[in-house]
Amino acid sequence: MSGPGAVDVAMTTPGGAWLVAALAWPVIAILLMIAGGGRHAARIALASMPVGVAVAGAIAIRVLPEGEALVYLVGGWAPPLGIALRADALSAVMMLTTAIVICGAGLYAYADFGPKSGKPETRVSLVFWTLLIAVWGAMNLIVTGHDLFNLYVALELLTFAAVPLVSLDGRAATLSAALRYLMFALLGSVLYLLGAVLLYGAYGTLDITLLAARVQPEPAAWVAAALMTAGLLAKTALFPLHLWLPPAHAGAPPAASAVLSALVVKGSFFLVIRLWFEVMPALWSFSATQLIAALGAAAILYGSVLALRQERLKLLIAYSTVAQIGYLFLMFPLAFDPATAQLQGGVALTGGLLQTVSHAFAKAGMFMAAGLIATALGHDRVADLAGVARALPISVFAFGLAGLSLVGLPPSGGFVAKWLLLSAAVSTGQWWWAAVLVIGGLLTGGYVMLVLIRAMSAAAAPIVPLKPVARSREGVALAMSLCAVLLGLLALGPIELPAFAVTTP
Amino acid sequence: MNTATLFGLCGAILIGLGLYGALTHPQPLRKLIAFNLLGSGIFLVFGAIARRGAWGTVGGDPVPQALVITAIVVAFAATAMAVALLERILKEGGQTTLDPDAPAGVITERRDR
Repeated sequence: MSGPGAVDVAMTTPGGAWLVAALAWPVIAILLMIAGGGRHAARIALASMPVGVAVAGAIAIRVLPEGEALVYLVGGWAPPLGIALRADALSAVMMLTTAIVICGAGLYAYADFGPKSGKPETRVSLVFWTLLIAVWGAMNLIVTGHDLFNLYVALELLTFAAVPLVSLDGRAATLSAALRYLMFALLGSVLYLLGAVLLYGAYGTLDITLLAARVQPEPAAWVAAALMTAGLLAKTALFPLHLWLPPAHAGAPPAASAVLSALVVKGSFFLVIRLWFEVMPALWSFSATQLIAALGAAAILYGSVLALRQERLKLLIAYSTVAQIGYLFLMFPLAFDPATAQLQGGVALTGGLLQTVSHAFAKAGMFMAAGLIATALGHDRVADLAGVARALPISVFAFGLAGLSLVGLPPSGGFVAKWLLLSAAVSTGQWWWAAVLVIGGLLTGGYVMLVLIRAMSAAAAPIVPLKPVARSREGVALAMSLCAVLLGLLALGPIELPAFAVTTP
Repeated sequence: MNTATLFGLCGAILIGLGLYGALTHPQPLRKLIAFNLLGSGIFLVFGAIARRGAWGTVGGDPVPQALVITAIVVAFAATAMAVALLERILKEGGQTTLDPDAPAGVITERRDR
């Protein structure tokens, strides 16, 4: 064992057992659901959700104030022989986001997939609830895993949970979308695996802390890093590997779309952060960070323009996801410190993380609102939305609030995120990324306003909802959007932003 | 050239073939087979890495072997899932291509058997 960081990992910290709890409860809940069948799946899932929130909260309380990571050594074996679980501030924030979004999706989906009195149990409801909890469990493993192979398994778990969510309705179109998604995801994870294999061959360990101490800037590490990054980008749907995302996210049921867009793409993005900032921060050059951000900029422009041209509301939101993912990659050149030729956590990383979280809430709120609008109208054609604001004021308000955060207007979380990225761009003298941020914001404003103007214009005849829309479901969508907006107040308020400086040994 | 290098190179060739097939073939089933070829190549490379770690009476580094077994299980599950999806697509839409404009493939014609 070498490097000062080895000491840091080689011990289970007090409270480390919470990490095991975070991984164990979803498995227990899923087993109970399979035993209980479709009739009880919804109740078991909803009953297990407070447990998940409590575990995420317990980990956050231990990690966030002090910034000290929780570590658990599985079986008491220290790396490189054993596998470590580790939760730092980044993990805790992602865990909380996952908990809130999935709970929201669960409450929202109860009307669609909950037990219906007098009707036989359905397979689709069992599948939906088990997969929903499986996504949560896989996200928990992704944010706490500290071993690259362990993380590969976590990535695959996330894929296996996410792909069937796309095709829950079983139509040929959504099945094709799911298969295309699976093909991209499989290629992505197999490239990631190849990179991990090469790293093991070169450095003899897969533990993140040990690897960080051993990785040298040399061909083996470069090839491995390129392969792993490419694989993860395919799963994150960064332009030009985004082709699978719009049909998959637009075709899924609204609650599933919310989870897929808000969380699942962030899982692989989280690993990009881990890889670039923690495993090999010294491996990147100025041009490499510029290249990845150029892809992000292309995603912002392409995704926003295509969102403007969509005729269907759900596809518009899906293309907006393509664009918003682009913002996440702008942080890499802004976090690059030319003096030390290293990626460093700081303003840019905090901005990127805030963008991740605020987009998660905003997009969840948006998809849920769009789902309710589609339920009431029987269609989601953007051109025929007139009068919806009168029929479903809360849903349209939720959509608008989420749009506020996506555009980056104060006081939303999206505003603070983009403000931090903008100030990092200015302070590092990279004005071109600032220009991309501003143009992206304008285009986003364009497609959000396009929907809002149509929705608020007067209809020829008042809209009578085809199906009644429960106030509680509108409330869930609104709560998600409010989270995105309030995140900005939280960050601007007296609470200081925790410095998400990634601890590198 | 020792055996480990030879196997490593074989693995590299398989990876190249698999990657080429996965990227160029439009048919999902062929893509899936290419994906499995690619996976096998990676497992072979990992095996070669394990063999390179041999010392004393131990024939190889045991860690990659344990990881490869896990990876094979994962690849198997992924393949099973893709095949199941493909079968459902054939049942629902009558074709096995992801391209809506493509003419019906060979597999579609065999449906009547």
